[in-house]
Amino acid sequence: MSKMTQETSGGNAACYILELQKVCKSFGLVQANKNIDLQIQPGTIHGIIGENGAGKSTLMNILYGLHRADSGRMFIDGAPTRIKSSADALSLGIGMVHQHFMLIPRFTVLENVMLGSEGGALLKLGRAATIAKLKELGQTFDMEVDPDLLVSDLNVGMRQRVEILKALKGGAKILILDEPTGVLTPQEATQLFDILNKLRANGVTILLITHKLAEIMAITDNVSIMRGGEMVGHRKTSETNPQELAELMVGRKVLLNVEKPEAKPMDVALTVNNLGCFSSRGHKILDNLSFEVRAGEILGIAGVSGNGQTPLMEILSGMRKPDEGSFEILGKKITPENEVTPNIMRENFIGHIPEDRHKHGLILSFEAYENMVLGFHNSNLTGTKKTLDRNYMLEHCNARMEEYDIRPRNSKLLASSFSGGNQQKIVVARELYKNPKLLIVGEPTRGVDVGAIEFIHKQLIALRDRGCAIILVSVELDEILGLSDRILVMNKGQEVETIPGEDANAQKLGLMMAGISQGAKN
Amino acid sequence: MSVRKPLPRWADLILLPFINLCAAFFVCGIVVWIIGENPWNALIVMIKGAFIYPGSLGYTLYYTTNFIFTGLAVATAFHANLFNIGGEGQAYVGSLGILLATALFAPYLPGIFVILLCIVCSALMGAAWALIPGYLQAKRGSHVVITTIMFNFLASALMVWLLAGPLIQIGQQSPQSDLIPKNAHLPSAETFFGWFGIDVASSPLNLSFMVALIALFVFWVLIWKTRLGYEIRAVGKNQDAANYAGINVSRTIIITMTISGAFAGLLAINEVMGVQHRAILNFTAGYGFTGIAVALMGRNHPIGIFFASLLFGALFQGGAELDFEFKSITRDMVLLIQGMIILFSGALAYMFNPALSRILTRVLKGGEHDD
Repeated sequence: MSKMTQETSGGNAACYILELQKVCKSFGLVQANKNIDLQIQPGTIHGIIGENGAGKSTLMNILYGLHRADSGRMFIDGAPTRIKSSADALSLGIGMVHQHFMLIPRFTVLENVMLGSEGGALLKLGRAATIAKLKELGQTFDMEVDPDLLVSDLNVGMRQRVEILKALKGGAKILILDEPTGVLTPQEATQLFDILNKLRANGVTILLITHKLAEIMAITDNVSIMRGGEMVGHRKTSETNPQELAELMVGRKVLLNVEKPEAKPMDVALTVNNLGCFSSRGHKILDNLSFEVRAGEILGIAGVSGNGQTPLMEILSGMRKPDEGSFEILGKKITPENEVTPNIMRENFIGHIPEDRHKHGLILSFEAYENMVLGFHNSNLTGTKKTLDRNYMLEHCNARMEEYDIRPRNSKLLASSFSGGNQQKIVVARELYKNPKLLIVGEPTRGVDVGAIEFIHKQLIALRDRGCAIILVSVELDEILGLSDRILVMNKGQEVETIPGEDANAQKLGLMMAGISQGAKN
Repeated sequence: MSVRKPLPRWADLILLPFINLCAAFFVCGIVVWIIGENPWNALIVMIKGAFIYPGSLGYTLYYTTNFIFTGLAVATAFHANLFNIGGEGQAYVGSLGILLATALFAPYLPGIFVILLCIVCSALMGAAWALIPGYLQAKRGSHVVITTIMFNFLASALMVWLLAGPLIQIGQQSPQSDLIPKNAHLPSAETFFGWFGIDVASSPLNLSFMVALIALFVFWVLIWKTRLGYEIRAVGKNQDAANYAGINVSRTIIITMTISGAFAGLLAINEVMGVQHRAILNFTAGYGFTGIAVALMGRNHPIGIFFASLLFGALFQGGAELDFEFKSITRDMVLLIQGMIILFSGALAYMFNPALSRILTRVLKGGEHDD
């Protein structure tokens, strides 16, 4: 299987900082990892690439001691090792930065970094030591963070730094990064890569888990490809190319971009006038924003996450009141004085695919058919009886599952039992069913596998061509570039600039996302 | 992440609680043995005392009635992820609804209407007593656990004042209200079966048991069959998603607490209209708190709540018998058993789950293939 096994090594196990042999792990009937072999050379950046559900995260959780392998062997610096808990992993110098950050939002940076190494009953000593260490690390790797800031006030990029600092402070010499750029701008990602390069130069070994080919090509020394729980190949990055990696990853030829016919914009569906709102702490998080969207076009909203996109979507979908300005949806004007609820918005044919399907889009402990009517439970989707018509709801759900190819086709399964892609399809199916005239979409493909991404993108374009106005908020620039007819870039709650989709490229958008306008506006 | 194969439904709902129960009884058996009595005999006495001796079943079901009401109160709130500890106070105040309704309507209306009005008013009073904590939780963020506990004390103080003051029976020293009029009495089981010529032993069991059964059904319809129930569960499982779905979260919290309080308030009909025929001091006797255990053990499902109520009813009644039969065992043994049951079926509810799951997988698959 691994034809490269011995090519990159001198054949001596001791020259690997980390080696796995025939590691297996299954959950119930699902075999998440099958006979995984992996060899990591010290002081390198080793990429592990694969689709969602390929078993990357499981493998990393085994390395980090969160899961125990069913069988197989692990060597660190050539010595056989058993990692039973994350404490074991830490003591062996393995640190992990999770995809979903493990920080306590209400703690300061310092308190978060100290967590687990408070150093005795009194915090004073530990605190001083941690501050010194943070300073040192910050200077060495160009990643300074004010230790007294609350984590809840930091943006995602900074939070990630805190996570990395936390791992380094624990003395990690092997750093596992799980999808680290999923939430970053290209510039932030570049900064992250700079940091990673510095870490590598200082002898830290880095395991980079990702599903993005560009990152693998940009920064790694070696790459291992996973598919369906197995290692399907090991390559030297300099000796491979994105196309080969993509094919190994998916197991077939892949179409990375969906076809998009020319947009035919019609009447204005949404006009936003000088919209503004404040956070609960009184910061202005949306500032004097004005734009319009026409039926039959997709307006992409690009920006680093946390630059006002969330409140914008919340306001437009009725979940939050604007504090200033107004907006007009399909001829209905809404000002801060108006009563707005998500119900009123839904009745006005506004669909909303929220950014965070676990937090807003789904009730994970509800069954699929109950989720299929979430937000529409007072409409005829729950039947016409006074009580909920379970059979009617089940039929409705079955039909949607058929239409959107949601697997497994079981309406009575809990939403939490579906994979990310299928969960997202449930949300998309629900929000598209009533043929909205305006659709607000946030991160439609976050944590969704390549096949489902293709499907969801096609659905969005088809909806556009049926005359729906779509606002697409995404931190994935590829997605914005691939789907948008016009792109509005936001920074600090303000519009930086709006440009036609065909004029945009990642570099341009990246600069604009940092607040630097490129056009005539300045 | 770690996906354990879930137990089959029947095992989760019947077998696992049964095993937990056995474990609780086993530990209690050890205690009885240490005291110097024969645990087996004690168990037999309890079962006989709860179900077999004449009138004992009536007593058991009378307690069951109370537990159903308070169990439903806790379960309703649980579905919205609220912890209503105030069943005690809500039930206590519920009695005022009955006293009020009898004072207003009894002189003018025939029995059936008076009884219905009393039932409604007890529920309304209980609801009103829970409405305030509900409102404070929804609009002011005061945690409902704290406020409902405080409202228990308020209810207690209010009732002491009323029963020792304005409502005290004239010419009496003990803090209790006047007897309620005859036409507001709920017929006892003895009377009820007497109408059909069936002879049953005398016990406090009365028609409110039927009301409790109806309440179980109403609860089931409400939670799983209505749009309001959908909203309650949505708020309970994921408030953010409920908000996204256009559900008015604070309104739903207030409504849920009100319904929860109404169920608790109904307890008063058993005690005031069925048994004592007056409001007496501390008639709630901790039923409100036991309701928490009932809801926990009954998994917030009407069928579960029924059986949990029956179990606790049997414990109360059978425990009294233990006290009577054994010199060395006091009524406190019931508290121990209760505590053990709560420990095993509440706190340690899933302790046996992995083992059971393994055994079941082996047994169920054993016939097909061996690994």
